[in-house]
Amino acid sequence: MFRIVEKSRFSEKVVRLVVEAPRVARSRRPGHFVIVRTGAGGERIPLTIADADTEIGTVTLVVQEVGASTRNICALEPGDCFDDLVGPLGRATDISLKGTVVCCGGGVGTAPLLPIIQAMKEAGNRVISVLAARTRELIILEDDVRRFSDEVIIMTDDGSYGTKGLVTQGLENVLLREHIDEVVAIGPAVMMKFVSLLTKKYDVPTICSLNTIMVDGTGMCGACRVTVDGRMRFVCVDGPEFDAHKVDFDEMIMRMKAYNNYGHD
Amino acid sequence: MTDSNLTDRNAPWRVELRDAITAKERTAIPRVEMPMQEPGERVHNNREVNLGLTPLQAVTEATRCLDCPEPGCIQGCPVSINIPSFIKNIQRGDIAGAAHVLAMSSSLPAVCGRVCPQERQCESKCIYLKMRKPAVAIGYLERYAADTAREQKLLPAPVNMAQRGTKIAVAGSGPAGLSFAGEMARLGYDVTVFEALHEIGGVLKYGIPEFRLPNRVVDAELDRLREAGVKFEKGTVIGKTLAYDDLLNAGFRGVFVASGAGLPRFMGIPGENLNGVLSSNEYLTRVNLMGAGQPGSMTPVDRGSRVVVVGGGNTAMDSVRTARRMGAEEAIIVYRRGRDEMPARVEEIEHAEQEGVKLLTLHNPVEFIGDDSGHVCAVRLQRMELGEPDASGRRSPRPVEGDIVEMPVDEVIVSVGVSPNPLIPSAIDGLDVTNRGTISVDLGLRSSISTIYAGGDIVRGGATVILAMGDGKRAAASMHAALKEN
Repeated sequence: MFRIVEKSRFSEKVVRLVVEAPRVARSRRPGHFVIVRTGAGGERIPLTIADADTEIGTVTLVVQEVGASTRNICALEPGDCFDDLVGPLGRATDISLKGTVVCCGGGVGTAPLLPIIQAMKEAGNRVISVLAARTRELIILEDDVRRFSDEVIIMTDDGSYGTKGLVTQGLENVLLREHIDEVVAIGPAVMMKFVSLLTKKYDVPTICSLNTIMVDGTGMCGACRVTVDGRMRFVCVDGPEFDAHKVDFDEMIMRMKAYNNYGHD
Repeated sequence: MTDSNLTDRNAPWRVELRDAITAKERTAIPRVEMPMQEPGERVHNNREVNLGLTPLQAVTEATRCLDCPEPGCIQGCPVSINIPSFIKNIQRGDIAGAAHVLAMSSSLPAVCGRVCPQERQCESKCIYLKMRKPAVAIGYLERYAADTAREQKLLPAPVNMAQRGTKIAVAGSGPAGLSFAGEMARLGYDVTVFEALHEIGGVLKYGIPEFRLPNRVVDAELDRLREAGVKFEKGTVIGKTLAYDDLLNAGFRGVFVASGAGLPRFMGIPGENLNGVLSSNEYLTRVNLMGAGQPGSMTPVDRGSRVVVVGGGNTAMDSVRTARRMGAEEAIIVYRRGRDEMPARVEEIEHAEQEGVKLLTLHNPVEFIGDDSGHVCAVRLQRMELGEPDASGRRSPRPVEGDIVEMPVDEVIVSVGVSPNPLIPSAIDGLDVTNRGTISVDLGLRSSISTIYAGGDIVRGGATVILAMGDGKRAAASMHAALKEN
């Protein structure tokens, strides 16, 4: 059993859980994800890893309530347990010295982005982080991001915090201002799509991390298939990160609606 | 009762059974018919279709066996079960003895008695076929002995022999991994089976439906392995949660990789990524492993009213029959060859037809068409005809130019095969992999890394439960021999 040792709430629908999972804590790298299951009849839900403590053996998960299963997860309290927590799954991020890297996080996408920001910084890159959300309270992990970033730009749709505007506006200002070697974008599919369109225009290599529907998450069911560069790829084993310029985001966005009638987002 | 008395063809009890009735009388007995749930009833439930033989049926069928001096059936069995011996023990009423004979060669007899393609293995070598009569129903008898022994607790609890203390790891808890674990435990090794999913059993749980293999049957076999000292750890992905080096550091002296089938194959045709088009792996996993459609399950699944399943194998039959049980009014198999070329077991095809499944043979999908929301609403099918036999010996299908039909449909399940699971081959440096993605092994199933062995679908690419079990057994013998040398 995987015991929750700490819980905090970023906003009404977004919680942060620190969970005992020593093996996963030790073996996870930036870019990896886990699958959790809670309660009898519980669904297998993929979640990103925001942080890990190898000494005490915990991983930090950030969960957004979007349907019945994530609502159950967000209702867990310290002392409660996940029935299952398997991982780390997926391929780790390619971390190396690239020069200047812009990391764009949309909403809860900032959670899986954080370990990448940290690792990119530790690899010697100059890191500019652009955090974006609808409104102020949905900007998460800002202090942690600041610790590993040379510059942080905050964008909110309603202007309640940082600069009013979309993530693409914040990113474009940077692209106009200086040479960027790589962009990493994690957030809602539509956000990654527009970041990708923008960076394609500026010819800047861009990595995105896809959060498709999954069942087993171990390379078996094929629910997570996406089209990348005209080929069928599987997010759980070939990803979750891909060259954003080659991802068919429209198809992915359509596929993520497959189970909308079942109380899922 | 000693083992040799159970299996000695010249034991007095067995000679007596042979002499009690003439060959002519024996061969005049008609082959037993498996009692089953009525088709109209069973499409409304998930309970097992085949109900099992009665004691009288079992003894009568066992009487048919001629107890050949050189039995072909044993050669036809991938794990070399002493078939005449277990059958003759049934005939004399010693079901415990029969179960004991099965246990000498197989760790999952109740499973094999249900899902093995006996008509292509043991039963295909039965002497009765030479007399142009139906083979002895070896599979039904195997199931009878295993079920009766389990239900009446006829076998003593397995002895935990793990005193040897040498630690062995198994990656994957499907038939290959379980068979290997059972053999190694019997040889005295301290075996831990690591499973990625949250249930033990691999394809026996996520793949084969309840109506063909009830979970309680699998669980009972797992309990016996536990009693024999085998340990299970679920939710653990070898190569991810624990690296190969982690296993070495934890003192494991050998690893058997039985990680099974992986990514589903698709056809590469337009519209395949529409919603409502899914792999049989996904469909069966949602229903069998996650309980989708049952009260209390949080996992959703589409319930089409007109469902097309593409493919002609056992997995396609499992999917289409599941679709009927999930409420599909029309459940249709679309297969590009003819009925005779279908790789599925004849019994499965017949059961499917009894349940109202339609077979649309000599048709091949060329495109799926979606509605405005991106959900599949029709499939375009190319009519096919059979040409010359291909490498597999089956007549190869070729398109009838210009003959394309369109059929409305609201769910499509693609069941055209799987590739090996990519997780472990990509996670262990120095592990040689074939260009098909399977792990390369020698005849003893040893990989390019001397402490790692592999078997089942991760080596074969896609095979049957019993071939995977045979691999597990062979790898155990081979690893045991190698470890003894050191």
